[in-house]
Amino acid sequence: MRNLKLIIHREYLARVRNKTFVVMTFLSPLILVGMVLLVAYLSSLNTSAIHTIAINDQSNLFENEFEDTETLRFINLSGISLEDAKLLVEEKEYSGVLFIPEKDSNSELAKSVMFYGKESPPLGILQEIERVFTDKLTKRELISRGVDISKIESAETRVSIQIQNFEGQRTSKMSNYIKMFFGGAAGYLLMMFIIIYGNMVMRSVIEEKTNRIIEIIISSVKPMQLMLGKILGTSLAGLTQFAIWVVLGGILLTVAVSFSGLNLASPPPMAQEGMDQMLNNEIQQLIVDVTNLPLGTLLISFLIYFIGGYFLYSAIYAAIGAAVDSETDTQQFMIPIILPLMLGIYVGFFSVIENPHGSVSTIFSMIPLTSPIVMLMRIPFGVPWWELAVSIILLITTNAGVLWLAAKIYRVGILMYGKKPTYRELYKWLKY
Amino acid sequence: MDNLLVAENISKQFGDFTALNNVSITIPKGSIFGLLGPNGAGKTTFIRIINQITMPDSGRVILDGSPLHPDDVRKIGYLPEERGLYKSMKVGEQALYLARLKGLSKAEAKEQLNYWFNKLGMTGWWDKKIQELSKGMAQKVQFVITVLHRPKLLIFDEPFSGFDPVNADIIKNEILQLRDEGATILFSTHRMESVEELCDYMALIHESNKLLDGKVDDIKRNYKSNTFEVGLTVVDENLLMNELNGKFKIGKANFKSITDDLKISIQLKPEESANDLLQYLISKAQVNHFVEVIPSVNDIFIKTVTKNA
Repeated sequence: MRNLKLIIHREYLARVRNKTFVVMTFLSPLILVGMVLLVAYLSSLNTSAIHTIAINDQSNLFENEFEDTETLRFINLSGISLEDAKLLVEEKEYSGVLFIPEKDSNSELAKSVMFYGKESPPLGILQEIERVFTDKLTKRELISRGVDISKIESAETRVSIQIQNFEGQRTSKMSNYIKMFFGGAAGYLLMMFIIIYGNMVMRSVIEEKTNRIIEIIISSVKPMQLMLGKILGTSLAGLTQFAIWVVLGGILLTVAVSFSGLNLASPPPMAQEGMDQMLNNEIQQLIVDVTNLPLGTLLISFLIYFIGGYFLYSAIYAAIGAAVDSETDTQQFMIPIILPLMLGIYVGFFSVIENPHGSVSTIFSMIPLTSPIVMLMRIPFGVPWWELAVSIILLITTNAGVLWLAAKIYRVGILMYGKKPTYRELYKWLKY
Repeated sequence: MDNLLVAENISKQFGDFTALNNVSITIPKGSIFGLLGPNGAGKTTFIRIINQITMPDSGRVILDGSPLHPDDVRKIGYLPEERGLYKSMKVGEQALYLARLKGLSKAEAKEQLNYWFNKLGMTGWWDKKIQELSKGMAQKVQFVITVLHRPKLLIFDEPFSGFDPVNADIIKNEILQLRDEGATILFSTHRMESVEELCDYMALIHESNKLLDGKVDDIKRNYKSNTFEVGLTVVDENLLMNELNGKFKIGKANFKSITDDLKISIQLKPEESANDLLQYLISKAQVNHFVEVIPSVNDIFIKTVTKNA
């Protein structure tokens, strides 16, 4: 135990003092905030570009139908010919001319509307224009067939389905998004953690091998102890880094948002009194939804799966590090790590969100290599306790087995130099 | 208890490869023991078994009177052949770390480290990183780390490789002093001259088998062939040679001499004595040179290995 503590301590300091680690710890939040700001800035640039569209309406049907929006301005050029309108538009550098000819029937009109422009307009603009046409022409068609428009308008109904589970808790559509968010974030975080810090464990094993210090150390401590110490020390360094990121990122984001004048959080200006009310209701519902999540289970299982998953993969990473002489030789052994991780993420983001309790989701939340990610994504949707229990027991037993196997490979591998091992050789090492 | 380490019938297989086959070795307390053998003979495997890095398939090791126990790593200082240190860690820091892994408290480790750094003129290296040191300097640090916890058994695997002559001499003297202070030393090497110079006992391992072991002097006595190198000044060389050829087994000899001698080697039968030979020679010629041929460890090594090949 004393030695394990010493090893953890050294590994932790070695990671934390590493220059790249320090730089990444403090640079990453800056980069992240910078990216967020850049994206926000670019999208604000994009929306501030106003498209002006001239309307050459020969039919005189759409005089007041096109309303200016934040990004669209319409100018009526109906009095002049299309050719003149085109010239004028080119001169004034408008986005284009919308040409509406005079036709006898609505269906013919619908087919002969033309847009002339220097370049094809953004899809959003076309959709907006098409929407106006569809509305107008539909109404006209209805009128011409003798339907009373005002009755249709008064008959229009908005439906919002309320969802309630069998225990009588009210949920909203939002709650599904929240569940997806919580689960997805947890699963994704775990994957990133495994890849970043598992790699670090592997590199540190290789470092000891290439430095040739390994034999000196294992003449004092058991290889298993060294391996565990490495995994634990590195994960503590990882947690430190994560904590710094969260704090720093939070501060930076707040500062950046309040200084840049970008109102990311405030509601859009079109929200009126009634909308405010609705929004308040939504937020209240949101809070209720979040508190209705199985937070306790979520937290505990997050810890279990996080630790279990991380240990499982780190042990494999450590074994790989021990088997090779340099980082370039690790490629061939990466598949058993990357494949299940990717599988977990894909199953999580496609299958679980589609159907959290379907057979694919359920099976992958049992298989130990994918269960940490997939189960974390499933838990917010409510998982029966026995499924959790089976999955966790499987994870723990596999962990024990993999740690044991990894320790065997590790023990032999750290003393092997010079040749690139194959899977066959690794198998042989297990029997030494 | 006169023996610090007794290894009994140690065998170790790696897959189909036999690294050690029923090897027994006894190392007396306070001795310098040379473990000899060509590359790949099984020396390193044997040493790793003593260090509990590798577990033997069969056989047992008794250290200081009781079977090996995990805590025994503290009684052993091991300088492996493949040795190195953390490149980006400071000298003092990693020496402290490694000493504490051997069970020393931080204060003890510091005290010992100061003692050795002073003794070997390494003060001022404390805050240097290994990558700033030369290879010889790094090896000195490794030596200090090996002996820092005052182990009863010191194991050196090819200790002098990489040292310049000056530092090799310093380290050799330190090893001798440690022996005088009560430590037992196990050398593993294929460089015979260092065994010749330092070791009281030796064992020879070849292709996973122990071929011979014992006191170096005893082994040499066993291997000597009762042969003498003789340098003579005589009037009629041919006459004497004819006479000698009839009585003894004569060979050519090669040694340095300042007189223009007849140089020959004479092998006696076991029952014949050197004194009789000398008396006989004196009566025939002027004897300038008379030395018994003692086999070097190198000769014994080559002889044993080729005999068993």
